[in-house]
Amino acid sequence: MLITRKAEFSASHVCALPQWSDEQNRAVYGAAANPRGHGHNYSVEVTLEGEPDPRTGMIFDLKALKDILNQQVVDPLDHRHLNQEVKPFDHIVPTVENVAIEIWKRLESQFPPGGSVKLHNVRLYETEDLYVDYAGGELR
Amino acid sequence: MIRLTRRYRFSASHRLHSDFFSDAENEQLYGKCNHPFGHGHDYVLEVSVAGPVDAHNGTAVLLPALDKLVDKSVVSQFEHRDLNSEVPEFADRVPTSENLVRVIEERLKANWASSFPLAWPRLDKIRLLETKRNLFEQTT
Repeated sequence: MLITRKAEFSASHVCALPQWSDEQNRAVYGAAANPRGHGHNYSVEVTLEGEPDPRTGMIFDLKALKDILNQQVVDPLDHRHLNQEVKPFDHIVPTVENVAIEIWKRLESQFPPGGSVKLHNVRLYETEDLYVDYAGGELR
Repeated sequence: MIRLTRRYRFSASHRLHSDFFSDAENEQLYGKCNHPFGHGHDYVLEVSVAGPVDAHNGTAVLLPALDKLVDKSVVSQFEHRDLNSEVPEFADRVPTSENLVRVIEERLKANWASSFPLAWPRLDKIRLLETKRNLFEQTT
């Protein structure tokens, strides 16, 4: 069975590679390459997979999941400039893909293999009209 | 591997009427969707693509290229149009949302290689909301 918890954070970013020309950056990132940055109301949906515990009737305590999400994702990213203030985005472009992967990495350690639940999917909305799903595994 | 989903919108009119049936049968089959002068919807189209994330630029798909492809082959041609009389594929197909998903898939696939000549990203899924209550989905 799957359970999903949502959380929101707002942050600014710039998507551009410093070694590229403005034209190259625009072709790849569009308006997201504008040098002074811009912001989004991000929304993240974290899905866990497991079986309900016969005693509690729960897969995972959603309050505990909320706390993990706050500690690992919302508190460090909310109202921050991702490139300037949040590692690893000092040297990795904070595209929606990379932010989702970073959220996965931050959460993965909280749900180690062999535990009662597995991290199943991270869905990150950058806007209402753009989101990515990352379920771990090979990236390249 | 990551999946990225982008949402687009277009408004169009249509009338459901199949030449396989009599007028009375059409009325029976399609109900108010068969009303003689047609009616319209604000369609929402979700296009999902899957691919590896480029280690250098952090993207799985060039969003400006995807937007251009979908706009050129679908949105700009359907926007504020009558699907029955202005979209050639519906000269001999009923513009149900099932068929609309098929047409969108055909059009995106026909133009995919000119926008994305490499093995990745690939078109993964098309999801069409005719209204907020009617959803149609095709894994491609």
